[in-house]
Amino acid sequence: MALQDWKQHKRPFAAIASGPLLWLFLFFLVPMTIVWLYSFGQNSGPADINITGTLDNYKRATEWLYLSIFGKSLAVAALVTLICLVIGFPVAMAITFAPEKWRPWLLVAIMLPFWTNLLIRTYALMMLMGSNGYANQGLGAMWEGASWLKTMVGLQPLEAWTPVQLLYNNFAVVLGLVYVHLPFMVLPLYSALDRLDKSLIEASLDLGAGHLKTLFTIVVPLAGPGIMAGVMITLIPALGAYLTPDLMGGTDSQMIANVIERQFKRANDWPFGAALSFLLIYAMFILVALQSLRGDRTKTGER
Amino acid sequence: MAQFHRQLFKRPPIAPLDYTRKAWMRLWVGATLLFLYAPLLVLMVFSFNDSKRNAVWKGFTFKYYEKAFANSSLVDAMVNSLTIALFATIVSVVLGALAGVLLWRFRFPFKSAVEGVMSLPIIVPEICLGVAMLIFFAKIDWPTGMPWPLNLSAITIAHITFCFPFVAMVVRSRMASFNREQEEAAKDLGASEWQTFRDILLPHMKPGLIAGALLAFTLSLDDFVITFFTSGPDTVTFPVKVYSMVRFSVTPEVNAASTILILLTIALTALALKVQGVKGIAETH
Repeated sequence: MALQDWKQHKRPFAAIASGPLLWLFLFFLVPMTIVWLYSFGQNSGPADINITGTLDNYKRATEWLYLSIFGKSLAVAALVTLICLVIGFPVAMAITFAPEKWRPWLLVAIMLPFWTNLLIRTYALMMLMGSNGYANQGLGAMWEGASWLKTMVGLQPLEAWTPVQLLYNNFAVVLGLVYVHLPFMVLPLYSALDRLDKSLIEASLDLGAGHLKTLFTIVVPLAGPGIMAGVMITLIPALGAYLTPDLMGGTDSQMIANVIERQFKRANDWPFGAALSFLLIYAMFILVALQSLRGDRTKTGER
Repeated sequence: MAQFHRQLFKRPPIAPLDYTRKAWMRLWVGATLLFLYAPLLVLMVFSFNDSKRNAVWKGFTFKYYEKAFANSSLVDAMVNSLTIALFATIVSVVLGALAGVLLWRFRFPFKSAVEGVMSLPIIVPEICLGVAMLIFFAKIDWPTGMPWPLNLSAITIAHITFCFPFVAMVVRSRMASFNREQEEAAKDLGASEWQTFRDILLPHMKPGLIAGALLAFTLSLDDFVITFFTSGPDTVTFPVKVYSMVRFSVTPEVNAASTILILLTIALTALALKVQGVKGIAETH
């Protein structure tokens, strides 16, 4: 049966629609509009903001400092997405082709960290990577081993192991973001691969293509939209990440969200923070638009 | 031994698509799961460690659990978080169910625009939503300093805004499997609009509602960024409290409190598994 026309069912329509639409208007569209208006304003006192229609905030956002932070956030998010894709794709493949009775449990195993509190996960990783943490102890043990090997072959031993600083740098930010976003990537990849017609892969293998060739000529093109979805689901939150760069990054690894936060909590420059927020939202819109453009093209390609 | 051998050789050879039975694939999945779980396991184990430092095992203790429970600001933060999550879940489920039915059932002008706007709270970066909520509540002079639990209303409202679109998505995809002839039959037999909703639609929607509720509860409990912008000094939630503890001094109390929250998450997941079955939960995602 087709959808019901709202005109023929006005009363139930009103009863169903009013709640969610009103909420969305009052507590989402109105706040967003205020931010948008503030981005054209300027501070005119400690707590007053005049919406003057000025473009100064946007002009300031194009200064090299902020542009470079934007660029860096994009680069970090892209790198994180790439690493998640490389790690996550084989995992999604393994889940797809796992025996029926394992598959749901493997999915739950991927989902459980995704349900666990983000802050706790970040903290747990930080604990492991601290200068006395296990990551450092493991590296230290390997160093000792290498040193021992060198003395075995008659060379000078290496100098004593000093813990390396694994935290508070760009490496830690990338690792932390990968850790947090990996489940985001695996789940959409899995649902795309699961929908795939497995006989096509079998046919390709039967006809003599190797596994890698099959992967790149059959699986990847067919699962393309799903891969794009996974990329977007990872890229967008990674681009706007606040917590991981704040806790695990150093002074030079702040991302755009940290700059926005500073405008509101410390620098108290709300109009500029609002402008940066909207620039981030626009960047995200562009990414989503690119994805749907690509999606349309693959659809027409299929026809 | 002989039987073991026979068993071993009875296993069919690895088929081309048996990727899971290839050693490197198993290694890869195993390493990934280790990467995902090792930090959490270490955190949980060390919450029982009788030492201030997190590196060396000094013996088993419950001391940090006692300390965590004695730390009234930490307990208050936990109570706040659970209260917010509870209220946010109730409202999100109602709004999300209505929104899901709205999009599933009706044709109306600007429908795709409404759909788009409804998915925005999901895709707009958290930091932007947090900023928007901060400015909004400051602008309309939302009363602060109200008695508990009313002082949590601003945070709860912010949470509902980003939780209910998720519930709507889950409910809508659940409704796609609904046979509309059931609804027609009920109406033909004289059921009113409300009766049809209560006795036909709602039972079908139930698994979606439960999945949506669990999702909303977890999202609300998990949220740090948006809460960080809407919370005041007297409305600290658990993630905000843990954040300030991690920021300024790492104490094993945080491990103990985190372990409790991880166990709560596992319990909720187990509940979801029990209600929906392993398959059901895999499908809702």
